[in-house]
Amino acid sequence: MRDKLYNFVGKNPFWVILVCITFAMVAGMGAQKLEFKSDYRVFFSEENPQLTAFESMQKVYAKSDNVSFVVVPKDGNVFTAEHLAALKKLTKESWQVPYSTRVDSVTNFQYTYAEEDDMIVEDLVMSTRNLTSDKLDKIKQIAISEPLLVNKIISKTGHVSVVNVTVQLPGVDPMAETPEVAASVRAIKAQFLAEHPEVEVYLSGMIMMNTSFGEASINDGTTLIPLMFLVVVITIGLLLRTITGTIATVLVIIMSIVTTMGLAGWLGFYLTGPSSSAPTMILTLAVADCIHILTSMFYEMRQGADKRTAIARSIKINLQPIFLTSITTAIGFLSMNFSDSPPFRDLGNLVAIGVMLAFVFSVTIFPALLTVLPVRVKMQSEGKKDIMAKLADFVIAKRKALLPLTSVLIIASIMLIPNNELNDDFVKYFDETVPYRAATDFMQDNLSGMMVVEISVKTGKSSGINNPQYLHSVSDFTDWLRDRPETDHVNTITDTLKRLNKNMHGDDPSWYKLPDSQEMSAQYLLLYEMSLPYGLDLNNQLDVDKSSSRIVATFKNMTSNELINVEEDMIAWFAQHAPQYEVDFSSPSLMFAHIGQRNIISMLIGTTLALILISILLGVALKSWRFGLISLLPNLAPAAIGFGIWGLYSGQVGLGLSVVIGMTLGIVVDDTVHFLSKYLHARRDKNATPQEAVHYAFDNVGRALWITTFVLVAGFTVLAQSSFKMNADMGFLTALTIFIALIVDFLFLPPLLMLLDKDKKKATQSTGAIVEAPIKKAIEAA
Amino acid sequence: MLTKKILLSAALSISALSLTLVSNSSFALSAEEKKGLDISMEAKKRDLGWQDSTADMVMLLRNKQGQESIREIKMKSLEVLDDGDKSLTIFNKPRDVKGTAFLSFSHPVDADDQWLYLPALKRVKRISSRNKSGPFMGSEFAFEDLSSFEVEKYSYKYLGVEELNGLTNFKVEQYPVDENSGYTRRIVWLDTLEYRIHKIDFYDRKNSLLKTLTFSDYKQYLAKHWRADNQEMINHQNGKSTELKWTNYDFKTGLTDSDFNRNSLKRAR
Repeated sequence: MRDKLYNFVGKNPFWVILVCITFAMVAGMGAQKLEFKSDYRVFFSEENPQLTAFESMQKVYAKSDNVSFVVVPKDGNVFTAEHLAALKKLTKESWQVPYSTRVDSVTNFQYTYAEEDDMIVEDLVMSTRNLTSDKLDKIKQIAISEPLLVNKIISKTGHVSVVNVTVQLPGVDPMAETPEVAASVRAIKAQFLAEHPEVEVYLSGMIMMNTSFGEASINDGTTLIPLMFLVVVITIGLLLRTITGTIATVLVIIMSIVTTMGLAGWLGFYLTGPSSSAPTMILTLAVADCIHILTSMFYEMRQGADKRTAIARSIKINLQPIFLTSITTAIGFLSMNFSDSPPFRDLGNLVAIGVMLAFVFSVTIFPALLTVLPVRVKMQSEGKKDIMAKLADFVIAKRKALLPLTSVLIIASIMLIPNNELNDDFVKYFDETVPYRAATDFMQDNLSGMMVVEISVKTGKSSGINNPQYLHSVSDFTDWLRDRPETDHVNTITDTLKRLNKNMHGDDPSWYKLPDSQEMSAQYLLLYEMSLPYGLDLNNQLDVDKSSSRIVATFKNMTSNELINVEEDMIAWFAQHAPQYEVDFSSPSLMFAHIGQRNIISMLIGTTLALILISILLGVALKSWRFGLISLLPNLAPAAIGFGIWGLYSGQVGLGLSVVIGMTLGIVVDDTVHFLSKYLHARRDKNATPQEAVHYAFDNVGRALWITTFVLVAGFTVLAQSSFKMNADMGFLTALTIFIALIVDFLFLPPLLMLLDKDKKKATQSTGAIVEAPIKKAIEAA
Repeated sequence: MLTKKILLSAALSISALSLTLVSNSSFALSAEEKKGLDISMEAKKRDLGWQDSTADMVMLLRNKQGQESIREIKMKSLEVLDDGDKSLTIFNKPRDVKGTAFLSFSHPVDADDQWLYLPALKRVKRISSRNKSGPFMGSEFAFEDLSSFEVEKYSYKYLGVEELNGLTNFKVEQYPVDENSGYTRRIVWLDTLEYRIHKIDFYDRKNSLLKTLTFSDYKQYLAKHWRADNQEMINHQNGKSTELKWTNYDFKTGLTDSDFNRNSLKRAR
């Protein structure tokens, strides 16, 4: 089989090249169908309970997708005639944003007051002409003492204000709608800045976040992928010193990526933030196969073989190991199918397909290309081999010290793992270079955080919200919530009712309290509702039957666990004080807060399954269950150490990182496979002692291992540069884990082998005390 | 010649006020604009002379989730020839607003005058006139969708004829004159036979399709006045809808101006 493959490829290289390229091109056409989905909802599967709750709440009340213009006058005071005029104009312009259904600002706030026996409902800023400083001061006092506005629409001191545009995307063409809104909002901002150079404007809100998902990924595509290609070209060029080999490798990589993304298009995948990093990952992983084939081929040629024989031998030697490593890598990535978040399932599947395609191309078109292209072998400096030999000598000599030392380091790292905390803060999915992140950071510092929870309190009775008992419960809950240190803002209908009651009593402040009777509340509300203009109604707070109302709480930015704690406290409050009402809690913040936990649990199941599968594969491939079991240690240790170090470095584990264990498992296994198979080859076929076998393994695969590790670490480090933090963190931790895996395989695995392999050796071979003594000592030391 | 014709038809029916307005603005009209205006004037003319009417209305509100809510309302209307019509709306359900009554004097061009009587307070309160674009009782109907049709409220453009419900319909585009309107335009389908409205498309301030109102089950009263028993408003943007079901239509019941003032609000039943 192994011979046949290259026999065919070697005889018909042009046909193989032609067939492969045709296949890649036909498949690649599907890439045109690939579209980017700019919507945070893609992170949640349809059965996600928090998403379901959120969507049903959005259907009962108004939708809450929004764009915020954060307007910052440079002179630090919103309440001047010209700034208010500008805000009024911006408010009006905002109605032109596609799919906008509501615009809230300081100027169009529906201010109510008593005038003789009437209640007047009108824009807080009706006309900006003839605004005296008295009038301006009055407007300011009203605005900064209105609970509905403060921290949400206007800052406490009146130095920053927000024009909030609610949009209702029809969802007919989701790929086009978000960019359309973003483009319109940016045009309005540009126009506004041109007319009002004395202000600064930031853009925030869900729409801008969704837009940033797409833009960060496109940005990555245009910067990271070319950078990665450069890394590959330089690495192979410098380390293997071959131009033909580099060209052929780059071609295999391109074909693997194009075919994978094309197939993704044909299969109806869409791109998302995480899955758009698939090309970078495939690029990185595909290099390894080619490096192994090239290294062996050059070795054979240096030994005097002609090119065709060298290629044939290289394929023969490498076919099984690279098939095995590709399969284990694919299994590792396929474990991501257990993720609760569809984009990560897509990423896992895409990379798994890519890795298997890279394997196929590496053993077909790659040798075919090498056959037809001229390949010259340069003599290699012997120095590098010495380094590996020296390293082997060092490891063997110091094994007594190395094993306990590395064991202690591994255990210490594992003890650091609890430093990690689950946290999915979607604002921090972007780094500070992304304008959306800068805008939300600014908002948090000057207005309110981004953590929002919507609370629907249901009576189940028509007009039930007008019941005084209900209103008192909602009002008490609001007070309790406002007293909490993490609360920035609470929007509730009870504030409006208190204000109306005051207005109805000639603006007497002592009447700022809830109406006494159901009829009173109902009729005040009716009067108020009948006075509100288009788009400023109460539909976002009350359901059609007035049987339930929605409270919207905005909190300072906090971790997922903290938010879940707040949610639990709120549930407990209602259980204790108002158990008669059914209460729903939902919001994107809560969705992200919960998904981390759900995902970690499902990913642990997935990773365990992958681990079992991979260990069985290793056992079969190494023809030894014993070594299959031993390999578990170096396979698991890198991720454990990686997360330990991460606990020291950052400690925030979100969606992106929860898939890293599964992902890296398949990759780090490769090192173990290569090292163990060479070690066992020496032990079994060459009758070597464990020490000799370790030396043999270092000599044979040490160099290939560090080259592939270098490429992988470089590749994932490039990914770590992404402005999309989810990908960046994933890239960083993966690079770290792969690097650690190499150290583990070089410094921990060999001493471990020399220790554990003792008994077997004694039984099968008789050796002198020279070997036994140090091992005994090592056992004592351990 | 054309102008003369308009003057004539206008003089036949409408007030001196609207007459001057219509004739003033009709000089510079294109053929489509004039035809649109003619159709609208004819529609108004055909319904003139109903004097006063009473009817019961059930309002059925639905949200995207399928939740429903019912409002029961009694309507009294008075035809006013030289101004917009007057109407009195008495709420029966929900129970906590029972007895609440809403009085409205609509005006062709000026803002409408509106008052609300709150039985819990036993007081009449004036309502802001800038609310005409706002929802009526939380429904998908805006105030302006329910107030009486006056020719001067819009400028017009005839778009052609179209088949609808087996009838040939004029299709006329209407542009609100009042800047407080929530719409940039409405497209109205009226059948060529009786000039009854069958469908209206509403376009919001950014000129996107917002709502569609369809009329069905037309009945003729006093051998002249057509009223639809059913009106259904669908909001395309938020997925909500409101259905109006009219019953017990009665005309020329003897209502007078004194039934439509602030005092009459309090005793309205």
